[in-house]
Amino acid sequence: MKDLVKSLALIPILALPPSSASADPLPSGTTFQSTAIRAQQADEGANPGMLWVEAGAKLWGRTEGSAGKSCAACHGPAEQSMKGVAFRYPAVEPTTGHLLNLETRINLCRTKNQKAAPLAYESGELLGLAAFAARQSLGLPIGVRIDGAAAPFYEQGKAFFYRRRGQLNLSCAQCHVDNAGRKLRADTISHGLGNGYPTYRLEWQTVGSLHRRFRACLFGVRAVQYDFGAPDYLDLELYLASRAEGIAIETPAIRP
Amino acid sequence: MDISPARISVPTEAKKGDIIAIKTLFRHPMETGYRVDRYGKPIPRRIVKRFSVTYAGDVVFAMDFTQGVAANPFIAFHAVAVETGEIVFVWEDDQGKIVTERRTLTVAR
Ligand code: HEC
Ligand code: HEC
Repeated sequence: MKDLVKSLALIPILALPPSSASADPLPSGTTFQSTAIRAQQADEGANPGMLWVEAGAKLWGRTEGSAGKSCAACHGPAEQSMKGVAFRYPAVEPTTGHLLNLETRINLCRTKNQKAAPLAYESGELLGLAAFAARQSLGLPIGVRIDGAAAPFYEQGKAFFYRRRGQLNLSCAQCHVDNAGRKLRADTISHGLGNGYPTYRLEWQTVGSLHRRFRACLFGVRAVQYDFGAPDYLDLELYLASRAEGIAIETPAIRP
Repeated sequence: MDISPARISVPTEAKKGDIIAIKTLFRHPMETGYRVDRYGKPIPRRIVKRFSVTYAGDVVFAMDFTQGVAANPFIAFHAVAVETGEIVFVWEDDQGKIVTERRTLTVAR
């Protein structure tokens, strides 16, 4: 705690604009995991998150909604059409001006293009489709747009990240910037990046979204937890993606 | 999700005498029966009871599960390639749900 208080003095310095593309990327959260977890994550036959990826692959080909179309009917094989999509998200959807992440973008296709009911945010179906779509960008470096129409969302996300909140009165940055690499109980605090999401978390015994992780961290500081897919979380996700610039997509990662 | 809960990694070809690695993942809640929901009502136990594998008709792996096994069990084992044949994987849970998956291993001499 004393260290946390000491590090507060650093906040004005740390609140600089994000590193430019030329700077070295931050280490992925995976680098802080045990060798056993890293090995299991890398092995497609052992990574339980692949169960969701495989379910997503099957849903991709399934006809849904009154338009009578599957994802594949419009997008063709995901190996081609979804490659290089996930690392651009969250992104502004030009016709509505809304910021969408992969999950909300997929749900937009559900409602607008398939004429089907949206999938519940944390449902196995949506997690499966998102994990499957993101998996097509495995190993590709994250690079989101934070200029133009995305700029206001980026600014809000960044403000959220540095704002203290909750009964513990801590900001995301106080843990994930000031104390990254140090221990919090049994965890090594990472830089708080989303490049492995949806992720299989052993504590959850299931795959979960990045927003579920946000809720867990906010619960930890006893702050208000927003709903899955809330605009505040989308903004935050964009800011995290900008911090993750140049880091490879690792979906589905494994976390303890 | 009414989608096959099994994921199997097994080679499709091997030479006679080769030791092959077989890896399986199975999506299942493995609910222990010891937990209660938010109203204090017990959540009924639901676990995989038995996982068994036959290869060319012979049992090569079988395992009884308990509620100590975490959700989505990952089970890996080895077998010796003896002849071309079907590998049949069967998971049975305590609600009587049975999931069967088949893979063919072609063995060259
Ligand atoms: C009726 C046709 C249609 C169907 C069905 C459909 N989509 Fe789309 N999808 C589109 C169109 C059109 C776009 C917008 C393309 C663009 O912006 O370049 C799009 C965009 C997307 C994007 C963003 C792509 C990008 O490059 O940013 C994703 C991800 C996506 N769809 C996923 C899905 C998934 C998953 C399903 C099935 C649940 C699905 N779509 C079903 C037509 C469809
Ligand atoms: C009290 C310290 C603390 C605060 C404050 C905190 N977190 Fe975390 N966070 C953790 C710990 C511990 C973990 C688990 C270890 C890890 O992966 O970093 C974690 C994990 C994460 C992860 C998962 C990283 C990965 O690679 O899987 C993300 C993303 C994240 N936090 C984002 C946030 C955001 C956004 C906020 C602010 C709303 C926040 N955290 C606030 C401690 C904190």
